[in-house]
Amino acid sequence: MNKTDVLIIGAGPTGLFCAHQLGIIGLGCEIVDNLDKAGGQCIELYPDKPIYDIPAVPECTGEELTNNLLQQIKPFNVKFHLNERVEELKKNKNRWHVKTSGGVEFDVAAIVIAGGVGSFEPRKFSVKECEKFEGNSLFYSIKDKSIFKDKTISIFGGGDSALDWAIELSNISKVNLIHRRDGFSGAESSVQKVKELYDQGKLNLFTKCQMDSIIGNKNIESVKIKHDEGEIKEIKSDYVLGFFGLIMQLGPILDWGLNIDKKAVQVNTENFETNINGIFAIGDICSYPGKLKLILSGFHEGALAARGCFKYAKPDEKLRFEFTTTSKAAQERLGIKK
Amino acid sequence: MAKITYHTHDNKTHTIDVQNGLTVMEGAIQNDIPGIDADCGGGMACATCHVYVKEQWLVKLPAKEDGEEDMLDMAFEPKNNSRLSCQLIVSDELDGLEVNIPSKQG
Repeated sequence: MNKTDVLIIGAGPTGLFCAHQLGIIGLGCEIVDNLDKAGGQCIELYPDKPIYDIPAVPECTGEELTNNLLQQIKPFNVKFHLNERVEELKKNKNRWHVKTSGGVEFDVAAIVIAGGVGSFEPRKFSVKECEKFEGNSLFYSIKDKSIFKDKTISIFGGGDSALDWAIELSNISKVNLIHRRDGFSGAESSVQKVKELYDQGKLNLFTKCQMDSIIGNKNIESVKIKHDEGEIKEIKSDYVLGFFGLIMQLGPILDWGLNIDKKAVQVNTENFETNINGIFAIGDICSYPGKLKLILSGFHEGALAARGCFKYAKPDEKLRFEFTTTSKAAQERLGIKK
Repeated sequence: MAKITYHTHDNKTHTIDVQNGLTVMEGAIQNDIPGIDADCGGGMACATCHVYVKEQWLVKLPAKEDGEEDMLDMAFEPKNNSRLSCQLIVSDELDGLEVNIPSKQG
């Protein structure tokens, strides 16, 4: 059981800055995120794209912004729980008991949902039969590549994951790479490598093709792929891999009794608390009149939500407003030596 | 101003006046037309505002910018007439545009 003042759900820029604001006012927090790294959409969707509207930062990439925020919260030694999705929530007297997909448990006074547009989940095949094989002979990510040794693998997709795995697995398996068009979105060097391997007969390439159906009983035996012009080919496959990026889904948050409208959680603009006392929502996931889905708005929302958490974490204390330029307490918390 | 027709997956048709300068995605969101999620808010980073453009309109639309085709690789059941509606900016020239919204976005 992890006991702390506040649990932040989501390690995107908004969640990270909220951790900073909690730290400044002397509250502890831990952060859960479904991705394997901090940064949220900034790191998953556009790590290399420049952002131009962070106040006082004329230009930075999603990755730089994330690294700077991590640097800024370093003094508070915030504990991260990555690859975890929050599943269950229970009120326990004045505190909340929270459990994640991986069984990590928290006992906290308040919760800040900074979940963006939801947790990132792999995008799946649209063909219905695929569900039956998922986790058995059809995968959207690879944990143990040794199971593919000497097998026939059909990989769908044209981005970096699809290309990287096609190249990697071509050393130990028979690889079919299937993509909906001639062009690939992966790195140019990987595209060249795939073409080389194809020319050398080390992998099969099927472009302008998409999955039509999948054949097999317990395990996959073959997949049928359909060319743009209608021709259907059946290719033997022991395993099927799909790499279509990630999609964001609200998931279990939907079942917590929060007021939700169009995939966003309704909050007040005084402290960004939801309809449930002690649960706050900030960043892209919250909605209120005039809401802008900007990172700077998320920072503001996090600063106010952090102060809103105070009365739940320290009900007997009064929070005094202070500036970091002059507050001894805040500077001590930041570890500043004078 | 242009009349844009959205055919949703439940076989309903919604014809809406959309102001010039808005995107076809925003026209759908502001008028509560179901089936367009637009998770990333128009940043060409998520492919959840994917639509199928009626064939005769394909040539009249501005060409795809770099990145749109890459994002469409991630879309649910992309076809040759697939576009991201956040990249279609409404103008008088688009008056009468018809798009089909896929059964789901992910």
